[in-house]
Amino acid sequence: MKKAKGYGRMVTDVVCPFCGTLCDDLEVVVEDNKIKNVRHACRIGSSKFLAMNELKRPNRPMIRKDGSFEEVDMAAAIEECGRILSRSKRPLLYGWSSTGCEAHFVGIELAEELGGVIDSTSSVCHGPSVIAIQDVGYPSATLGDVKNRADLIIYWGANPMHAHPRHLSRYSVFPRGYFRERGQQDRELIVVDVRKTDTAKLANRFVQVRYGEDFELLSALRLVINGKELEADEVAGVSKEDILELADRMKTCQYGTLFFGMGLTQSYGTHRNIDAGISLVRDLNHHTKFSIVAMRGHYNVTGIGEVLTWQTGYPFAVDFSRGYPRYNPGETTANDVLQREEADAALIIASDPVAHFPKKAVEHLARIPMITIGPHMIPTAQLSEVFIPSSISGIEEASTAYRMDTVPLKLRKVIEPPEGIYSDVEILEMILENVRERRVRQMEREKKAGEGR
Amino acid sequence: MSLEVTLITGRTVSQGEAMERGKDLDDYTKAAAVCELDPADMEKIGINEGDTIKVSTGIGEVIVRAVKSRQYPHEGIVFIPMGPWVNSITDMPADSTGMPPFKGIPVKIEQAKGEKVLSSHDLIEKLYLRGNEKGEGVR
Ligand code: SF4
Repeated sequence: MKKAKGYGRMVTDVVCPFCGTLCDDLEVVVEDNKIKNVRHACRIGSSKFLAMNELKRPNRPMIRKDGSFEEVDMAAAIEECGRILSRSKRPLLYGWSSTGCEAHFVGIELAEELGGVIDSTSSVCHGPSVIAIQDVGYPSATLGDVKNRADLIIYWGANPMHAHPRHLSRYSVFPRGYFRERGQQDRELIVVDVRKTDTAKLANRFVQVRYGEDFELLSALRLVINGKELEADEVAGVSKEDILELADRMKTCQYGTLFFGMGLTQSYGTHRNIDAGISLVRDLNHHTKFSIVAMRGHYNVTGIGEVLTWQTGYPFAVDFSRGYPRYNPGETTANDVLQREEADAALIIASDPVAHFPKKAVEHLARIPMITIGPHMIPTAQLSEVFIPSSISGIEEASTAYRMDTVPLKLRKVIEPPEGIYSDVEILEMILENVRERRVRQMEREKKAGEGR
Repeated sequence: MSLEVTLITGRTVSQGEAMERGKDLDDYTKAAAVCELDPADMEKIGINEGDTIKVSTGIGEVIVRAVKSRQYPHEGIVFIPMGPWVNSITDMPADSTGMPPFKGIPVKIEQAKGEKVLSSHDLIEKLYLRGNEKGEGVR
């Protein structure tokens, strides 16, 4: 910890808890437990830190009574959560991407205890990538590898200049690396997208693919790379000439990395697009060294996938209703559970499905008792029965998060949370304890009733 | 006059920044209740920067502000940042991946002079708390 020039203290090596780039070089100036300045972060990252001073954060839990929220004490809020969740036959525990792995441990335990469905925001971002990875594998690399080795960078259906603003400068295009001493001059950037995005504007080569035809373009590239003749004059809006050139460039680079985003996972074809992308990279490894990396969105969406996998064997959409974990995307995924109107209660943490789920899913969430845990009054809280404000992991609590390349990093605590605000871990532990006590009481009641008979 | 185009949704840096500052602030509405159009498409139905437009799908319709895209050309494709506005017209998943179709949605775009762009709070209140257009199913 250094003394910042002029004022306050400076906390160094702070990890940014916003996107999957998980920049770990931030410097935060703190004075009187207030964040005064943030260095090195991008617009979104700095906004997350600096907004702390202006945000009107609720500092007491709230329960809905006669249609409007009433402030209550923590014990009452936990009691209400326990009541809602214990009564529920099929609770949905959703979110988890903007909190630390320590909260994931407790969340999974709670889901198992309740026999509920636990799903993360992967469900609406890289879920299809995970499905494809399970089918065809994942020839991936760390971002350090990319930085030090890659001379060809491809962003396909990803616009990091908006979603991961420092990705290019920290890991892929601009930094100097061990084998790329001149930084950008030693690398080529290719962007494949349906729009000429702000990332595409920086590219040496922009390939405009027709919407919904990424699979066709990926397959055409595979065909050429595997030495077959391309008969069509044009595929997915890209000329044969350009495809041949692109394939040649990919084959002849020393080390290439294909980064892909929602443009592939959320477009027509979903997991099949990723399947084709991974297969392309696998084919390329017969000619040169090539890796593929998913541009994971939320800062710890990778983390919940890791924790769920090592604890249950499955990466997202895990259903405990039979007493053991099951996983079946399309059935146990959050939007499907809501679409079939199965969930009869929901616990939402570290995410905002009311803002980010389709209307029909939100309509069902509005109908069932919902508990929201999070630092801010977000749209999901607006439709909730119980809202418990929590501290901000990575700013007010230390925790662990996984970067998009599955490298775990320790997030630092920069300031103290406001008085009376608990962490996600503490809140979940209190709910778990309450649920367990209720179950014990229930069992005792049943035992007594049995004896009386 | 209307325009039939393909809608894609996603993150923008302004939406991310505004969301962190607070979804109850005007900035969030300014960043996410917008539709980025290719200049050529805007010309086709005489839409200007800042006009209110109605974007509709089979699911519903929403009023947002038209913005001239800086990331063009993308004639035939419009972009609305992720958020409650666009998601009031997106559909549910249907392909056994759990993924709702957030990109590639056929939409109709029309001028909506005089219509108001609701704040996130008011939009949610209208859609989910006071009853949807069918007046059923929600609190
Ligand atoms: S790129 Fe991502 S992790 Fe890095 S500062 Fe920006 S939001 Fe934070």
